[in-house]
Parts: sequence; C-alpha cells; structure tokens
Amino acid sequence: MLANQIGYYSLILGLLFSFLLCGVSIRDFNNSNKRVNQNIFTLLFLQLTFVVVSFLSLILSFVNSDFGNETVFNNSHTTKPIFYKIVGTWGNHEGSLLLWILVLTLFIFLFLVKSREQPKKYRILTLLFQQLIIIGFFLFVLTTSNPFNYLFPTPAEGLGLNPILQDPALAIHPPLLYLGYVGSSIIFSASLAAVTQNYISKKWGQHIKKWILISWVFLTIGIMLGSIWAYYELGWGGFWFWDPVENVSLMPWLTLTALLHCILVLERRTALTSWVVILSITTFTLSMCGTFLVRSGILNSVHTFANDPARGIFILIFLFILIFLALGIFFLFHKENKKDLNNFFWLSRESSIMVNNWFMMYFLSVVLIGTVYPIFLDVISSEKISVGPPFYHKLIAPFLAPFLLFMALGPKLQWIKSKIEKKNSLIIFFIISVVLTFSILKNITVDFLFYTILISAAFFLFFTTLKKLFSKKFINVSQVIAHFGFSLFILAILFNGILSSEIITNIKVGEKYNFNKSEIFFKKIEEKKEINFNSIIGHFRITNEKGKVVELKPEIRIYNQPEIITSEADIKTTLLEDKFLVMNIVKGDEYFNIRYQIKPFMLWIWVSVLLLSLGGLISLFKNKYEK
Amino acid sequence: MKILKIFLITFLFLGTTQLKSDEKNNDFKNKILKNIRCLICQGQSVYDSESDFASSIKLIVDKKINEESSEEQIYEFLREKYGNWIIYDPELNKNTYILWLLPLLLFLLGGAIMIRKLKFKN
Amino acid sequence: MKNKYKASIFFLFFIFCFVVFYKGLNNPNIYTPNIKVKKNIPLFKAKDFNSKVYINSEKIFDENKYYIVNIWASWCVPCIKEHPLLMELSINQSIKIIGLNYRDNLNNAKKFINEYGNPYTQILIDSDGTLAVEFGAYGVPETLIIDKNKKIIKKFVGPINEETVQEIKSIIK
Repeated sequence: MLANQIGYYSLILGLLFSFLLCGVSIRDFNNSNKRVNQNIFTLLFLQLTFVVVSFLSLILSFVNSDFGNETVFNNSHTTKPIFYKIVGTWGNHEGSLLLWILVLTLFIFLFLVKSREQPKKYRILTLLFQQLIIIGFFLFVLTTSNPFNYLFPTPAEGLGLNPILQDPALAIHPPLLYLGYVGSSIIFSASLAAVTQNYISKKWGQHIKKWILISWVFLTIGIMLGSIWAYYELGWGGFWFWDPVENVSLMPWLTLTALLHCILVLERRTALTSWVVILSITTFTLSMCGTFLVRSGILNSVHTFANDPARGIFILIFLFILIFLALGIFFLFHKENKKDLNNFFWLSRESSIMVNNWFMMYFLSVVLIGTVYPIFLDVISSEKISVGPPFYHKLIAPFLAPFLLFMALGPKLQWIKSKIEKKNSLIIFFIISVVLTFSILKNITVDFLFYTILISAAFFLFFTTLKKLFSKKFINVSQVIAHFGFSLFILAILFNGILSSEIITNIKVGEKYNFNKSEIFFKKIEEKKEINFNSIIGHFRITNEKGKVVELKPEIRIYNQPEIITSEADIKTTLLEDKFLVMNIVKGDEYFNIRYQIKPFMLWIWVSVLLLSLGGLISLFKNKYEK
Repeated sequence: MKILKIFLITFLFLGTTQLKSDEKNNDFKNKILKNIRCLICQGQSVYDSESDFASSIKLIVDKKINEESSEEQIYEFLREKYGNWIIYDPELNKNTYILWLLPLLLFLLGGAIMIRKLKFKN
Repeated sequence: MKNKYKASIFFLFFIFCFVVFYKGLNNPNIYTPNIKVKKNIPLFKAKDFNSKVYINSEKIFDENKYYIVNIWASWCVPCIKEHPLLMELSINQSIKIIGLNYRDNLNNAKKFINEYGNPYTQILIDSDGTLAVEFGAYGVPETLIIDKNKKIIKKFVGPINEETVQEIKSIIK
C-alpha cells in the first residue's frame, strides 16, 4: 500500500520536475553565461531519481503481491516464482510505460552530462525537446495507464501472468529493446535542437554518432533476443513471422542503420544534412508509431497489449503532435548550406553509402506498407486482407543480392573519388562464390537460380570481409566485422531455410517411428508438479542414420492461473544444427502429436547478429578513445 | 590459404545431416499450408497449428491435392469460404495494386533522386 | 516557395494518415468473415446421424422453407446455453433446423440430445470438421440462416442469444 502511494507521487513529482526544468532551461537559454546552469543537472538527476523510485515501487508491489494495485492484480499471482514477479513488472502495458519514461529520463540526463563540449544553446534545446516527449508520456501514464490504480476491496488473488511471458527472456528483451528504440528519442531531440541552431555540421555529426551507435547496438540485440525468445518459447521452430509487432521494431532499426551510415559521411564533412535530420526524426517517429500500433488495439497480433480506445487516441494525437512539430521545425529552420558538398562522385564511398540508404529505404517501405496497408484498406473500403511472410519475402529477397554485392564493394572505395583496387582478388572471390554455391546447391532440388544468385552474393561478401579480417594491413575493424556478421547472417538464414526438415506424426508411448533410416522412440511419460503448473514430459530417444543418439524431453505445461496449456520444445543445439522436438496433446486420445525438426546453423544466426552488434560496439569504443 | 578455406567450408556442408524431403508432393502441400492462416489461433499458419480448425483445413487441402487442384484453385476455394484474410499472400487484384507496386515505385523514385545527386564526370 | 509547397504536401499527407488511423481505431480488429454477397449452399454428401446413411445436400434442403444450420458438439459448453433457444425456434413451422455434429463422439452426442432435447429435423455427422469448412465456419457454435432461394444470408458466430433470435424471427417473416 505504501509502495503504491510512493510510486504514484513520485510520478507526479517527476512530471512537476519536467515543468520546472522547462522553465529553468528557458531562462538559462537566454542567459549569456556560457555554461549550463548547475541547477539543471540537479533537477534532471532528481527527476531521474523519482522515476527510478516509482519503478522500484511498482516492482515492490509485484514482489509483495499487493493485489490492491490494479496492475499487479491483472498480471500476477501468489504462486508465480519470485523471478517472474520482479520481471513481470514490465511485461504489461502500464509497467512497460514506466520503463519508457525511465529510459527517456535516463538518456537525457546522460546526454547532458556527456555533452559538455557542445554549444550551450544546443544542449538546452535538446533538453527541452526531450522534456516535451517526457511530459507527453507522464500525462499518458497518469491519465490513461496509471500503474498505481488502487482497487478496493483488495482482491485476495491475482489473475496471473500469461505463461508465454514466463520465460527468462522477459528479463532482458524488453529493457534492451527499449534502450534501443526509446533511446532514439535523444537523436530526435538533438537533431531538432541542432536544426534550430543551424548546427547540423561535421562537428555535430561526430558528436551525435555515439548516440546513434548506442541506440543501434541495443536495438539490434533487443530484436535478436525477441527472435530467440520466439524460437525457444512459441514451439513451432520459427524465429521471425513478419508479425506487425516484430515489423514495428524492425522499422526504426532500418532507419537507424541508414542514419548510422550517413553519419559516417557527416562526421567527415558537412554534407547530407537534410537527409540526416529527416532520418533522425523518422527513427523516433517510427518508434512512437510502433507504440501506437501495438498498444491501441488497431492491429491484431499475438504481441499486442490489452487494448483501450482512450489510450489509442492519446498516443495517436501525441504521435502526430510530434510529427507536425518536427516537420514544422524542419521546414522553418533548416537551411541547406550552399557549401554542402552534396554532389558526390559516382564511384566513391559517399555514393556507396547513398546506395545503402537507397536500399534501406526500400526495405523500410516494404515493411511499413506491408504493416499499415491493411489498416488503410479496411478504413477506406472495408476489405480485410492479410499481409504475411510471402509478401515480404517476394519483395525483399530479390533486392538482397545486389545489396550484398554493394556491401562488399562499397567499403573498398575511397572517400570523394575512387577507383576499385585489386580487381583481381574481387573477380577470384566472385568466381569462387558462384562455383561453391553451385556445387552445394546442385544436389538439392530447390529454386535453383534464385538461391544460387542470392547465396553467391552472400558468399562474395563473406569472402571479401573474411580476407580483410586476416589481412595484416590497417583495416576498419568495426565495419569489417559488422559486414562479415551480416554475410554470415544471410548465409545462415538461407541454408537453414533450404536444409531444414521436419517430421510430423502422432505417436503413442512405447512406439517407434521410422523415417529415412532414422528412428524416434517414445520412451515414456513423466509427470511433474511445479509451483504454478503441472507438466507432462515426454522422453524421446532419436537415432539418426549414422547411429548417433540424442535424447529430447519436450514438455506440455498446464498452468493454473491463467488456465492455459503450453508446449515447451526441447532443443539440442550444436555448432552444426539444432534438433528441435515439440509435443502436443491429441484430443481424446492416448496419442501425442510430435514435430521433430532438424534446423542447420541456427546458432550461427544468433552469432552473426552478435557479430553485427560487436561491430557497432567496437566503433563506439574507438570513438571514445579517439577523443 | 584461400584453398584451405574453401575445403574447410565444403567439408562442413558435406558433414551436415540432411533429411531430404524426397516427396515433392509434401513440399507442395506444406507450401500451401504455410500460406493459410489458422483463424482461431494467434498468428499461426495452418501448417504450424494442431488446432481443430487447422486439422480440418489440412484434410481439405489433402483432398483437393488428390483431386489435382492447382495451388491457386485451393486458395480461391478458401477465399470464397472465408474471405481474403485467410490467405497470407495478398494476391494482386484491384485492392492490392498499391500494396505491391508502391514499394517498387519508391525504389525507382529513390534511384532517380540519387542519380541526380551523383556526379558522373570529373 | 518550393519549400512551402513541399511542406504543405507533407502536412496534408500526414493529416490524411491521422484521419485513417483515427477511423481505424474504431473498427473492430477481430476478424469476422462477413457475408456481403449471398453465397450458395455448398454441395456435399453427409452421413445422417440416426440412419447412418449418406444423403445428398440437395435432398436435405429440398423444401421451400427457411433453413437454419446449427453447428454444435457435446463437448461445447456455449452450445448448452444456446440449446433452449434452438428448441424454441424449432416450434416455428416455417423453419427447419439442420444440426451439424462437429468433431464429436456419437455416444456423447446422443446423450446431449437426450438430455437437452432435439430441435433438429435432421442431424448430419461432421466427424473431421471438413463439412463445417464447406459452410465457411471455423468453430462451435455457429449458426447460419438459409433462405428459400437456397442462399446463405446470415451467419452468427458463437452462441445465439435473445437478440439474435429476434433477428432470426424478423428475417423469417
């Protein structure tokens, strides 16, 4: 009860501090003193503290199972393990919004502390724009999504947390993801501030780069964790479904990647200024748009939070206020400097970065249009259509091959003007890639031409970056590792897709199922009782054609609150492949339905994304040490 | 050095266990089932689901494949019963021209903008 | 000047998007296949529940009356709730109610009928659910109204209630 009050009033104080900060900042803005008023730092820190206190109070309410708190009542249960009581705090709408505010206030505080060499007015304006966003969220939480609503009389028991969310990944996926796309708010605020100050320049580019990198690394890892979670938890072996909520996290990632590449130009010379501002604005706008799509109930998806029209309208209006504000500032203040060396020589690294942006924007448009088009169509002509994986695959896959080739060639070009050096090694790699691909694929009856082109291109990038890694000359480590990681990613996904196989059958205890000289033996059933669920564990022994044996134990869990049955797959991961087994009850029968999948190179999909992030991290630390 | 790399990689692939789906029919059927939405599930295809509805659909698709129906005919049958929502691949019709063509148009537009900004001479 | 042009185009575009999203919020996001065009009843052969003989669909819907097709199962809890309303409707002479027993155990289905009553002029067996698919249904209970031209004119997903019964009665008049 006390925690509840503390939490609620801390939020109110946080909001009051926002107003206070705005007032103090505006005064300091007009002050001719070159340094930012110390009080502002103090106020920001206090604001952050109050938000942290509020967040901790909510966690405490969950841990204490204070069902008087409406959020705890809706999302928790006494029998939930303590880990999920804590972590479940942000597994719901209200709690996750507190996380939003936490990241927003944290980032502006860190920004102010870390930007002491930047112009004072720019820093203050960034603070003001960010506080605008923060105020918006405080109001949203306090008026429509209060995590501290009190129920009276106090219910004795809660409604429980959805079992699908009761997974260790809940502890890290949302926080990291939020650090990524909520973190992009600072880029939004900073670029608007810079535009009004006519500060979009080489110096600003060097400064904003680290914030772009921070946001990008967290977003990449956050998305990857979501995919890993889906793979391990959802039970049908997929890791990306082009579900609207997944798309919504991918879109800011695409613009952020494009922005990252543009900043490589901007940090060297004042060029592409308008485009950088547009990308900065767009990234956070897409994050906000994503929040709207996911929380308003406008889209139907397995990820969506409980919907409420009032919330939807609030976010919609908030989102469009931000859009119109950003557009207004851009058109009013942005001056395209005539000295902008905007015309690049066609064969140069600058132009290859433009090509990157060209493709990124195309991919973005595919994902964006695929996600929101059904909404437009439904409103305009009351037709409901589905836009699923086939749409995205058909439109994205053909463009991947040239994209991979550009990724291999682009970094080889010099700035400003270039000729391609060492053409011979490139040609050799190209031939090796095609021959290798051909020899691998010819035994597999599959869309031959299509995959040959795509995989050859991926191999080409793979070999060119691999060679760079082993070369003794000076190289741009972060870029090589990132591009290498991406080539590995594409190769892993493609080969996983082509070489994966699945057996689906119904089987009884004691039965053996034979296929392709391999055998699945259903040894026995084990029943277990845990705190909040009962489980039926199937023991299977699988022998492959070489006689190698693996034991898998998929589970069926029957949760008590809420009453849901889930299937937990058992997955054995090796460097070469994953063996994946999941079991389902067949209604009214002693048979169980099992799905056994062999999925080559799954591990490499995750490793490659980690390599991609590692590239970003290295760049971030190089940035720090070069100062 | 390079040759070593090539051998290493080729070895990796030869060592991979392959459960090849020899039956082209199975691939064809699975391709169709993956394109049909399970209407009572949350974001699963009929292929992935073991629900009642999914089982019934699988039987019907089986029957139709045996009757030599084409992929498009099966989709048409299901669209007639359940509406466009049930098929994941939005077909190209008057409702979806914009959906399919707009990204491509934007790509061409982007290309045009880019070319304008590039210098081709010295 | 050019800038003002661009700005206004962007503003207009975003206002349009806002309106669409605003309207979209009010649309339900759960999909219910709606019948805009009256569909013909499917052609099929089904096993009769009592006689265990296969009958043609044309024979089932041969009379010049309104038909109600009700998809039910003994294991379906909401079906118990709506059953009394079906009994009430069955009294009406201008309607014939055809039952579709969906994915059910025949003994359990018999017990259900014995316990709750039989509103059906005929019951068809749909042991694997494929017949329900022919009618465009995807679960239980579902109720379809077929008019005298042998076209499906209305579909109710979920159990029928007093309101839907009134609607049915007004259609039949």
